[in-house]
Formats: sequence, structure tokens, C-alpha cells
Amino acid sequence: MPSAHELAQRLRDTFGDLLSAPSEFRGELSMTVSDAERIAEVCGAAKTACGFDLLLDLSTVDNYGDDPRWTVVYELYSVSASVHLRLKTQVSEERSELPSVSAVWRAADWHEREAYDMMGVRFRGHPDLRRILMWEGYPYFPLRKDFPLAGKPTDLPQVAFTRPAPLEGGPFVTAAGGRDSAQREPRARTPDAQA
Amino acid sequence: MASTTASTEIGYNSKIEGEVVHTQLDSAINWFRKNSLWPMPMGLACCAIELMASGASRFDISRFGAEVMRFSPRQSDVMIVAGTVTYKMASAVRRIYDQMAGPKWVIAMGACASSGGMYRSYATLQGVDRIVPVDVYISGCPPRPEALLDALIKLQEKVKRDRSAKNLKQDSGPAQYGRLGLRLDSPETAGKSAVHA
Repeated sequence: MPSAHELAQRLRDTFGDLLSAPSEFRGELSMTVSDAERIAEVCGAAKTACGFDLLLDLSTVDNYGDDPRWTVVYELYSVSASVHLRLKTQVSEERSELPSVSAVWRAADWHEREAYDMMGVRFRGHPDLRRILMWEGYPYFPLRKDFPLAGKPTDLPQVAFTRPAPLEGGPFVTAAGGRDSAQREPRARTPDAQA
Repeated sequence: MASTTASTEIGYNSKIEGEVVHTQLDSAINWFRKNSLWPMPMGLACCAIELMASGASRFDISRFGAEVMRFSPRQSDVMIVAGTVTYKMASAVRRIYDQMAGPKWVIAMGACASSGGMYRSYATLQGVDRIVPVDVYISGCPPRPEALLDALIKLQEKVKRDRSAKNLKQDSGPAQYGRLGLRLDSPETAGKSAVHA
């Protein structure tokens, strides 16, 4: 059975400089795809040529304050070789769009809907890109770092309303854009300090 | 034929039926009501597991006449909100409450239903009392089945004090939660919209 390194190298041989050299951290291999527009192409090859037949997870990271703002992360797994591989790609805030991989793995359908719902990153070519957790018509993307944890007031008559939650002494409040992780980590914060 | 006619009792037979009991109409109605509170199990999260335990043999909720869990709101008397109410679910909870026939009561079971609990977040309604009137709150995360039984006993005591006969002539329930109104609005505008509805 091929190892993760062999499969990663096979993928890299196909695409050359589009893929970064695999970096290893605690036994997990990650590769960065430099052009987000070609992510579906790379994922298609990973599935057909390298045997990554399972998309375990698709998630997004908000690098608030940095450019490009979004990192989209694909966790691949090969059932036959028992091998994991992580693909990452960057998307700028202005663009906020990349090709869908739902044609490669059907599992990507709901994952991409969740990423769109929570972060506002759109997936071109997705068969049904609606919100999946919040309701249609909710105006914000609540997992973005600049969205307050307490939420914002909204009203959608006949469907739903929201009100900011009280957060005095709340233990799980992060501060976006802090200088270091000690400033950004979750602490009890008053609403004034959070604003 | 003639002999059976002669032995037929007409009217009240104290030997069979027992003595007559004099009471007030309120007491009689409340006694009927408090001993057959049919719950609407609004199980939304982990509290619903404890709600199920309360219905099982070990805790025996039928001692209080509340074992008939009805999954139709039209047949239930008390909605037990067991779990976290998200804003997305709020419209469904409110709609089911509106569909229940009066008189009706609400038990907020557990921290989440009472106050939002640990979910101080954009997605969670901070207490179900923002959309429906709550009669009894239960603390705990989740509460033990004994706590739910205690809440039922407290609700029975509340029902016992009700001015039932007087209320029979009126529309039951607070005015801002119209019985036929199926609108879901924010708490601030709920009272106003009931006028328009």
C-alpha cells in the first residue's frame, strides 16, 4: 500500500508548482494549493489517481486582518490505503468564491453549504448553495471573526428573530485582531471591551 | 317484564353511588384538571432524555396523571420545553403552543429553556419565556426526573388555585398570545401584532 508521502508526491508530480511541498506536523501531511481556482481539478486527481475516495471534512478559517482572508481546508482520506492528506487553499475577501468539489465527492454538498452559511464563502458550481443551519434571509455570517459572539438583532417576520445575548462574565469570548494569542484567547470580557 | 320495570331505580341511589359531595365549581374543575395534565413533550435537546426517564417505570409520572404524552398539541394541556430553543426552532415552538387548546400551561425544563443556559450565542433564544408564557421553571443541566415531578406538583398547586369558573366565560391565556394567531414576532412587537391579527 502506498504511504501518505508517496501519494502526496504522486499528486505533486501531476501538478508541479501548483502544490507546495508537503509539510508534516505530528504525522499529518498538509499541502497548499496556490491557485484556489484549480482546487476542484486537484481534488478530482486526488480522488481518481491517488485513491482519496473519502472527503472527511471541509472547513474554512478566517484569518481576520490578513490577506487573503479565507483558508479553505479539505481533509482527504483513502479507505484502501488508510492514509490521510490535508489540502489547503487561500481565497481573498474580495473574491470570496472558489470552485465547488461537490462533483468530486457528494459529501462536499452539505459541507460547502455550511461553509457558505457560517463564513460567506461561495462555491461556484454547487448544485444547491443555500444556508444549512441558519434560515434563508438571515443577513450575517456568524462564524466570521468580526461578528460579535452575542449576535446582532435581526427580524424576519413569520420566520425568526434574533437578539444579542447577554455576555457579562461570559467565559467563552474571544477578541479578534489581538496582538498575540494571549490577547485573542477566550476570556471573561465585558461588552464594552469587546466592541 | 313487569318485575324488571318495578326494580329499575330512577334518580340517585346512595347505596350504589355513595354520598353526595358538596363543593365549589372552581374546586371541582381544578381537581379534574390538575390530575390529568397531558404533556406535550417539546424535547429539543438532552433534557428530553430525562423527560423520557420521567415517563418510564422507575419514576412513574402517571402517579400525577401526566403520563399521557401527546404528540399532537391539540390534545395536550402542558407543554414541557425540554432543551435548548434555537431562534430557528422558536417559530415552531410558538406555533405548537398556539395550536394547543386552552387552558394550557408551560414548563421550562432545564437551564437552556429557562434562560438560554450556557448558550450565550447568536443562535440561541435566551429563555423560552420570550415567546411563550412560562408557569414553572426547573433548574438543572439537565434536571433529574425528580425535579420534573416536583415541577408537576408545583403546577398542580398552581392549577388548584385557578379561578376556573370565572375564566370559562373568557378567552383563556394572556391577550398578547392570541389563541388563533400564528404570527411569530419579536417579543417587543408581540403585543402590538396581536391587535392586528
